[in-house]
Amino acid sequence: MTREKQFLTGAEVVVQAAIDAGATMMFGYPITPGTEILSHWIKTAQTRLIGGQAKNLRYLQTEDEIAAGFAVCGSVMAGEKAFTATAGPGTTLMQDAMSMADGMRLPFVSIIVQRGGPSSGTVIYSQQEVNLAIHGGNGESLRLVYSPSNLSELYEYTRLAFNNAWKYKFPTVVLSDGFLMKTRQTVDLNFEIENIKSEPFVSENTQKNIRNIYSFEEELGEKLAQDKKDFEEMAHEVVKFESYKVESCETLIVAHGIVAGAAKMAVDELQKQGKKVGLFRPITLSPFPKDELNKIAQSVKKIFVVESSMGQLRDLVKQNLEVAVEVDGLYKPAEGIEAEEIVKSLT
Amino acid sequence: MSKEAKFCPGCGHTIVLRFLYSVLKEMGLEKKAVLGLDIGCSLLAWDFLPINTFQTHHGRVTPTMVGFKRSQPNSVSIGYTGDGGAYAIGMQGLFWAALRNDPVTVIVVNNTIYAMTGGQLAPTTMPGQKTDTSPSGNEQATVMGPELIRSLNAKAYVARTAVNDVAGLQSALRKAFEAQKAGNFSLVEVLSFCPTNWRTKGSETNEFLENMKRVFKLGEF
Repeated sequence: MTREKQFLTGAEVVVQAAIDAGATMMFGYPITPGTEILSHWIKTAQTRLIGGQAKNLRYLQTEDEIAAGFAVCGSVMAGEKAFTATAGPGTTLMQDAMSMADGMRLPFVSIIVQRGGPSSGTVIYSQQEVNLAIHGGNGESLRLVYSPSNLSELYEYTRLAFNNAWKYKFPTVVLSDGFLMKTRQTVDLNFEIENIKSEPFVSENTQKNIRNIYSFEEELGEKLAQDKKDFEEMAHEVVKFESYKVESCETLIVAHGIVAGAAKMAVDELQKQGKKVGLFRPITLSPFPKDELNKIAQSVKKIFVVESSMGQLRDLVKQNLEVAVEVDGLYKPAEGIEAEEIVKSLT
Repeated sequence: MSKEAKFCPGCGHTIVLRFLYSVLKEMGLEKKAVLGLDIGCSLLAWDFLPINTFQTHHGRVTPTMVGFKRSQPNSVSIGYTGDGGAYAIGMQGLFWAALRNDPVTVIVVNNTIYAMTGGQLAPTTMPGQKTDTSPSGNEQATVMGPELIRSLNAKAYVARTAVNDVAGLQSALRKAFEAQKAGNFSLVEVLSFCPTNWRTKGSETNEFLENMKRVFKLGEF
């Protein structure tokens, strides 16, 4: 079935993708700039016929993000495709439940809508929740994190987030921001994948005792070694990146999310001026497309990181870089970045 | 009973858990039952009973069971927690589950202290009671859980019982599960022994519990 392109906001795209992925339950707490996902889900849930099909979408507006997160944990253990969405200080609170999902390998999907930080910061935009999305738990950061650049990708990666969360059982984040969530674009919803079925962890037909605390150091060590092995196996199958005009480039811009959109325009402009500049964009920030970055980095003179943070993406790049190459960048925490500024920085 | 108890000698948890299981069995609910465990001594129950169990986080068992119950409405969803998990770090979740009348059952084991961490001041520490973190005697007010929950929700089943009142414990658990089947929230607080942290021996442990009953009134609310 080919779908017409639709004119949608980011929040509407997330809701459509979640429904198409088979999600039937959302738990959430209002927080700018992610509130519209919850309110649009609830609005959509008022009708039982969605796209001509009977659906029973359910929801609970909880007392805080902590309850939203743990209710998601309970709901997915009961076998339902549930999810949550949050932002900023809510992402901080969500780490409690996400850490339980880390420990118990729960298919926990959260749509994180980045806003400025630290603290209450600003309410619309940043790229400062990269560290929280990946490393926010008190453990080993084994999470799948997607960073879409536009609304068609937001649809595609939200679908993939649900499928891969249920397939591999690692907490999965779609990392977006308030600009992406509130913008309205023509969106291509033609992304066909077969949904992975959800099964209850416990039910009347099981007798299971599931824990997240271990008596002996070795027991936890063995569990984590297995988790790491599973994560690395998953990495081969899910890792995603985009390289743009990188052939014979001397300066490699690295950017993610909507900043990569501006970086693409900057590459076009700089190449017009005769400069040898290309773009590498990690789409999965975790697992990071390490081999792909290193392959391109071998032949460049400089890596130039562009991000709306003081260096959270740069740190990921440096962690993964295995070739000796200069790393410079344009860092504007919680501020939007336009193509012209990138062009200016590189001329 | 499936496993050897991991609890300290004289601990009240084993009494609560054994009667929890016998009441479920008697009501034919042991297959439908899902026991979520808070962190603290409660977590030691993770493989004690031959029913579905899972551990959660400290203070988070109530919202986890709220999520579970909404997705498996035919289950008997039980949150098992200590007094700190219920009334301090988990109060927000407990308060709202009760206020919304979510049909889950929360069992709160009240021994007046944080026992797993060695006996610190808890929301249920009695006036003047000395603990690790109230060495000159507790001066803060004592949280009355069932009384508070009653004030939030007229439909809920709410009771306080004690591990040395087995008939009362069984009756309260039975009514709590019936309330859940009828679609209502239920909370059963159980006054329980902690000889390890109370530093009591033999009959002193029972005397401590009897003394608790002067502060915490038993009954249905």
